[in-house]
Amino acid sequence: MNKLTTMMLAGSTAMLATGAFAQNTHINVAMQLEPPNLDPTGGAAQAIDSVVYSNIFEGLTRFMSDGSVVPGLAERWDISDDGLVYTFHLRSGVTFHDGTTMDAEDVKFSLDRARAEDSTNAQKGLFANITDVTVVDPLTVQVTLSVPTGSFLFNMAWGDAVIVGPESIGDAATHPVGTGAFVFQDWVQGDHINIARNANYWGTPAVLESVTFRFISDPTAAFAAMMAEDVDVFAGFPAPENVPQFEADPRFQVLIGNTEGETILAMNNGAEPFSNRLVRKAVAHAIDRQAIIDGAMYGMGTPIGTHFAPHNPDYIDLTGLSNYDPDLARQLLAEAGYPDGFDTVMTLPPPSYARRGGEIIAAQLREVGINAEIQNQEWAQWLEVTFRGHDYGLTIVSHTEPMDIGIYANPGYYFQYDNPEFQQVMDTLNQTTDPAARSALLKQAQTIIAEDYVNGYLFELTIPTIARAGIEGLWLNQPTAAIDMTAVSWP
Amino acid sequence: MIRYMIGRVTSLCLSLVVASLVIFTVVEIVPGDPAAYMLGVNARPDTIAALRTELGLDLPTVQRYFAWISGLVQGDFGISYTYRTPVAQMVADRIAVSLPLALLALAITVAIAFPAGIYAASHRGRAGDLGVMGATQLGIAVPNFWFAMILVLIFAIKLRWVSAGGFPGWNAGVLKGLTALILPAIALALPQAAILTRVMRSSLLDMLNEDFIRTARAKGLSKRQALWRHAVRNALIPVLTIIGLQFSFLLAGGIVIEQVFFLPGMGRLIFQAISSRDLIVVESVVMLLVASVIGVNFAVDLAYAAVDPRLRTRS
Repeated sequence: MNKLTTMMLAGSTAMLATGAFAQNTHINVAMQLEPPNLDPTGGAAQAIDSVVYSNIFEGLTRFMSDGSVVPGLAERWDISDDGLVYTFHLRSGVTFHDGTTMDAEDVKFSLDRARAEDSTNAQKGLFANITDVTVVDPLTVQVTLSVPTGSFLFNMAWGDAVIVGPESIGDAATHPVGTGAFVFQDWVQGDHINIARNANYWGTPAVLESVTFRFISDPTAAFAAMMAEDVDVFAGFPAPENVPQFEADPRFQVLIGNTEGETILAMNNGAEPFSNRLVRKAVAHAIDRQAIIDGAMYGMGTPIGTHFAPHNPDYIDLTGLSNYDPDLARQLLAEAGYPDGFDTVMTLPPPSYARRGGEIIAAQLREVGINAEIQNQEWAQWLEVTFRGHDYGLTIVSHTEPMDIGIYANPGYYFQYDNPEFQQVMDTLNQTTDPAARSALLKQAQTIIAEDYVNGYLFELTIPTIARAGIEGLWLNQPTAAIDMTAVSWP
Repeated sequence: MIRYMIGRVTSLCLSLVVASLVIFTVVEIVPGDPAAYMLGVNARPDTIAALRTELGLDLPTVQRYFAWISGLVQGDFGISYTYRTPVAQMVADRIAVSLPLALLALAITVAIAFPAGIYAASHRGRAGDLGVMGATQLGIAVPNFWFAMILVLIFAIKLRWVSAGGFPGWNAGVLKGLTALILPAIALALPQAAILTRVMRSSLLDMLNEDFIRTARAKGLSKRQALWRHAVRNALIPVLTIIGLQFSFLLAGGIVIEQVFFLPGMGRLIFQAISSRDLIVVESVVMLLVASVIGVNFAVDLAYAAVDPRLRTRS
């Protein structure tokens, strides 16, 4: 035992030493999932963007924490009157981390690569309207679209649309080379990724000298790591039940930020009984949102009444259309021809909002006579069976892509909503660049799907970030998956 | 002895072939497409098809089985679908954590179980024996992940002697590496030590009742001499069997402990690979674990032969 104690003491002294040394220029960031690779243009995993977005890779435009889109590698742009030609003026003196210059050729390469036939870009749809990319001069590039696309600058801010170099993209999965304020250092798979300040950054250099990303998936371990001060920031803390404990502890600060995650009880509109609007309306009224938010999310989450982020200026509160009213729900079911209710299957992917929320929703549905049999599915299984196979009645999922109301215009999407009126609105929206007209169309779109009760709209997912007290510059909201460390500093 | 060896080697090879077939079939049947998983919900069907081609998933099943097996035989484990790095490299990195952890845990297990088991057996029925038995009951009953959390609470959060988890890598120094592994090893070892102590004690008690011990005593050996010269050596056979099983468990079954201490070990690699349907990693790593379990059993069989001369001459 003595020997053991000596060993432990020796270890802890060594750790204290490094801790003190690194205090003001280094931050240990923890996140729940490890990225499978570090190429944001070749995979959908959010963990990839969490590490590389803005830190390592940059696009023509970029998101800020409040969701606004600001110039990135493009300093400014001109849009032709017909809305079809975007001329981007690039910043000068930008280099990739391998020393090569970032110019119009790289922009052309990146966009052409993403929209190519054999492209494996997970958000290939962002580039679908591009018909041509032309290099005008080294700092000017012209992008021609097939139809006016109101969201084009927004699309170019996504992590999937970052500018990469032809010399380095081949190894990006394990050795990402971008233009960002941090340079990739090393990755011990399963444990951590190190990035260090880019001395040749074109913009305001990062305050921190280095950042270590660590991956802690177990909620109990996450709590222990924070409490032991092994990590300084935990982005997306996995145990909401522990958040009050951190709030009460002066060593920590808690940031509860919005995400773009509309969490919905999706209904299979393509099959009985949910093809019947009355049934869907009954389900919507049978759900007590606040009970789900309190019970599954420990009070964290903003109720929503349609598929739109509440912090967006164009959001309208339609929760009144689907207030909690079990009597009305029973009456609607009887009207729909199901006076005794029915049996259905509810598939649940792994996140706790789905697993915990699913139990509560199943209990609430049972109150009005709907017997939802719960089937837990892993993500890969959920994608194959529920999402692509459409073999489900109900499911719970958070749609975290920003501004994704357009999914309701795709009849082949997993909830199989097919409404020509809505599709028309989306078509018009895509070709409208006038902000006031766009706002009106977005509000109309929100109302259509709310009144059609396409899905049960539950709440906007929030993400708690726990940080050591005094750390500044962290993103509060998550307009896109990102742990942007470029402006973060110790007091 | 040679016939004994040939028999063992044949059964070893057969087990490996059957295992490879079972693993490949099971992994193929489970629903979930690695390409679809990687590209997420917004991917277009043609993008998924392009990725499947890139990963070689569009080839016929039989062809992929033989490509996998012939690769394995030549020491080529393939390239991970999601990580895009060679599986052999990933496995090597993870073994660098899991193997030392398993060995450390096994050392702690044996260091506790041998003295405790021998002490309890030689003091049968007395207070010391009852104390040891009571402690082992507790050791078996307590789940190791719970015990791990208690260790973290005490040593990482309250006392701050060690970090709550993670592994700095052997490059950071042997001492740092061992420090990171000490709590997980203790958490893994205690339940195993409790089991092994009981096996050691009962095996030894069986031996102490044997005729040859009475003969040894009659010959004039003291109780202690009879115990150490004759009983302990004979009691080791069942104990070795259990150690063999425990080592296999410690190597692959540390997954819960790896989660609690967020260690980049084999268990976590398999867990991540299964959930992301990184089929090539699952197949190769499971195959490797099966091979190592079979290999450990083979080594235990040889150890039997070493401690029990009857096995060498029989048949």
